[in-house]
Amino acid sequence: MATQDIAATVDARNLSCPMPIVKTAQQMKSITSGQLVEVLATDPGSLKDFTAWTKSTGNALVEQTVENGVYHFIIRRA
Amino acid sequence: MDEQLLSLVLFSGTDDKLNAAAVLTAGAAALGRPVHVFLQYWALEAFRKDRTEADHGLAPEAGPEGRKAVDALRAAGQSSWAETLRQAKDLGQVEIQACSLSMDLLHLEESDLDPLVDGVEGVTAFYLATGNGQIVFI
Repeated sequence: MATQDIAATVDARNLSCPMPIVKTAQQMKSITSGQLVEVLATDPGSLKDFTAWTKSTGNALVEQTVENGVYHFIIRRA
Repeated sequence: MDEQLLSLVLFSGTDDKLNAAAVLTAGAAALGRPVHVFLQYWALEAFRKDRTEADHGLAPEAGPEGRKAVDALRAAGQSSWAETLRQAKDLGQVEIQACSLSMDLLHLEESDLDPLVDGVEGVTAFYLATGNGQIVFI
């Protein structure tokens, strides 16, 4: 995915639960429907939390990867 | 009545239990669930103005090892429970009310409380706000 498509980045590395989700939810308010937000997180619950949060809020989890303990998510705002 | 509403009754005033409650509140707020927080006894005492960031100790089961673990997490940058609650309020629909009986018990006026607290109510108003929603007691 081309980086220029990403409207905002949330760097939640080293933040503990639930701050990665809280900061992402806050960031969502500043972008419009269809725009993408990128999230970096190290909290071990991130994978399940972001899956559950996107499912519940209707936002789309379009990409998820993990590398060297850093979770990387791309979410499209509903 | 909003069936998504989560009601949290906070009784304990130690930092670990307040943090657990703040995490539950922020998580619910991020999901768009309204949260109603009712502060009783020692939890209310921790919400005194200019005292939220003070050391309120830990639950007895924490022990010295638990103290070390909690301190390490804070040193690594974990937000205080008060900061987590501020973010939760900023993000979603979170209302924090002080129990009127506990206000009397602790000889507190509303002006003695941190601005995180929205007001004072009795248990009847609390139940009315809760309706048939879930109540969690911490």
